[in-house]
Amino acid sequence: MINLLGIGRLRPATPLTTSWGLLLLAVGLFFAVLVASTQGAYPIAVADLWSWAFGHANDEVAQTIWLDIRMPRVLLGLVTGAVLGMTGAVMQALFRNPLAEPGLVGLSAGASLGAVLAIVLTGGGFLWIGGFAFLGGFAATCLAYLLGTRSQTPAGLLLAGIAINAVGFSAMGVLIVHANDAELRDLTFWNMGSLAAANWQMLAWLIPWSGLAVAILWRQWRALNALLLGERETFHLGFDIRRLRWHLILLIALAVGPTVAVTGGIGFVGLVLPHLVRLWLGADHRWVLPASALGGALALTLADWLSRVVISPAELPIGIVTSLIGGPFFIWLLLRGARRR
Amino acid sequence: MSRMKYLFQALSVALTLCISPAGQATETPMRVVSLGGSITEIVYALDAQDLLVGVDQSSLYPPQAQTLPSVGYYRHLPSEGVVSLKPTLVLASANAGPPQVIEQIKRLGIDVMPLSDEPTVNSLEARVRAIAKALDRQAQGEALLSQFRTAWDLAHTKSVPALSATLLIMRGGRLLAAGGDTTAHVVLSESGLENIFSEQRSYQPISAEALNAQAPEVIIVTTSTVNAMGNLDAIKTHPALRLTPAVRDNRIVVLDDLLAQGFGLRVTEAIHTIRQGAWGD
Repeated sequence: MINLLGIGRLRPATPLTTSWGLLLLAVGLFFAVLVASTQGAYPIAVADLWSWAFGHANDEVAQTIWLDIRMPRVLLGLVTGAVLGMTGAVMQALFRNPLAEPGLVGLSAGASLGAVLAIVLTGGGFLWIGGFAFLGGFAATCLAYLLGTRSQTPAGLLLAGIAINAVGFSAMGVLIVHANDAELRDLTFWNMGSLAAANWQMLAWLIPWSGLAVAILWRQWRALNALLLGERETFHLGFDIRRLRWHLILLIALAVGPTVAVTGGIGFVGLVLPHLVRLWLGADHRWVLPASALGGALALTLADWLSRVVISPAELPIGIVTSLIGGPFFIWLLLRGARRR
Repeated sequence: MSRMKYLFQALSVALTLCISPAGQATETPMRVVSLGGSITEIVYALDAQDLLVGVDQSSLYPPQAQTLPSVGYYRHLPSEGVVSLKPTLVLASANAGPPQVIEQIKRLGIDVMPLSDEPTVNSLEARVRAIAKALDRQAQGEALLSQFRTAWDLAHTKSVPALSATLLIMRGGRLLAAGGDTTAHVVLSESGLENIFSEQRSYQPISAEALNAQAPEVIIVTTSTVNAMGNLDAIKTHPALRLTPAVRDNRIVVLDDLLAQGFGLRVTEAIHTIRQGAWGD
């Protein structure tokens, strides 16, 4: 199973392939944003964007929709995708486990529990929800780490994740047992994830925060490469393993907590994208990390576009779109791993 | 042949010009999106359905409403989806949301009219009046209200001895009973029944023990529940239900799902059906 991480293929990345790969992803992301921002329930043409850029406002409603409703949403998808892709890649290296992902190890459940607690106790407020989500996510990741690393097989981590998810969701269940019918349905939708809450005030806070977290995580690429080789090797390469691990877990929770608090449960992006990137560009984290972030952003931007246009004027919850596409991929991954062994 | 066609066209154009007053020709027609099953029902009852350009998922009655574009669940509205229907007026249940989306729609210069949506006669009457005014159908609104009040009084004329009851629906393969904060609870008490689960909140899975301890004298099931269970006999022989007084005395009422779970203009119909089943009224 571990060889799915491509340890055997830690080839010296040919700078040419990887830089072309990153460039390709960036260009793809640009076009995905263009598609996502020009298609939706309300018709807006690419040509309109062009004329607005030069100050010809022909349709004010369309312009407001594009600027105040659609763009914040597209950007939130981009940021969330980048965070999920990047943290997925980091977690897979940190846990030395190809199945690590914010959703599967219980990080998202912990963050959700924190967010629900904040809603119940304080009645909301983005800073409260974000802070509580971070604490919940951090606690869940620590727990997953402690439980998961005791077992030598990847299954141990998954089992820990299942347990943490169960505890997280039942604790939420206790909080909502007194909720009325309408609140229950709200929660159901929240668990299926949504980018609809996006607005500029929130993004003004979330983009720098997530950007910083992602940048700091990228700087850890050497350590992550070393971790893949094994603990002893990491130590001999001059890393303080214990400090490194706590440092990474803290960073992951800081990055994922606030985004999950805003978007609810969006699964599989953090799992699938790093794998695709490794298959394509090799296992060197110097390139895996930025490529996973770009790939995650690309994937979630497209998934959100799908969720908006498939049953327009209504919308599919985005978590359903990512799970519908990511779930089968996960199965393929398991089958592929089994065949290799 | 073609000359006839031209003549006909010219005639019809002339006719339209004559009929439509100059003022109205320039006025853009109202485009209404209705968010809430009871609101859509009222719009149809006011005969203003031509103004509707969109509804929400809960707008199931009358069935024609289901052919209009749906923006999904009304507590989870897509702002762009609503705006893309280019409404001039959004009739929104007070429960519609999330609030950010309602704000976004308002900021685009679209009128959003919040409407009280509680299971009470006062709320219903206020709703009808507000919608009638917004759609310029005041006369129809007053007619509708007096019609409703007559039916309401008629449904309540005969006094009946109170009976204990429970309302059951099948959701996710389980039988759930309506609690004290549900609309179904209000429909039950307006019909003269005492809900045995009035202490409980929302819809909860039935507990066989609690149910038999409370011994309901009337059991109300929805049509979809009967369909899901196969037939009425399946309910009568259900282990949790077969020993209740309701089954013994054959006081089982089958009620349309929308009637059981909504408090709209047709609530009198629900009361009537329940009374007939419970007391042979």
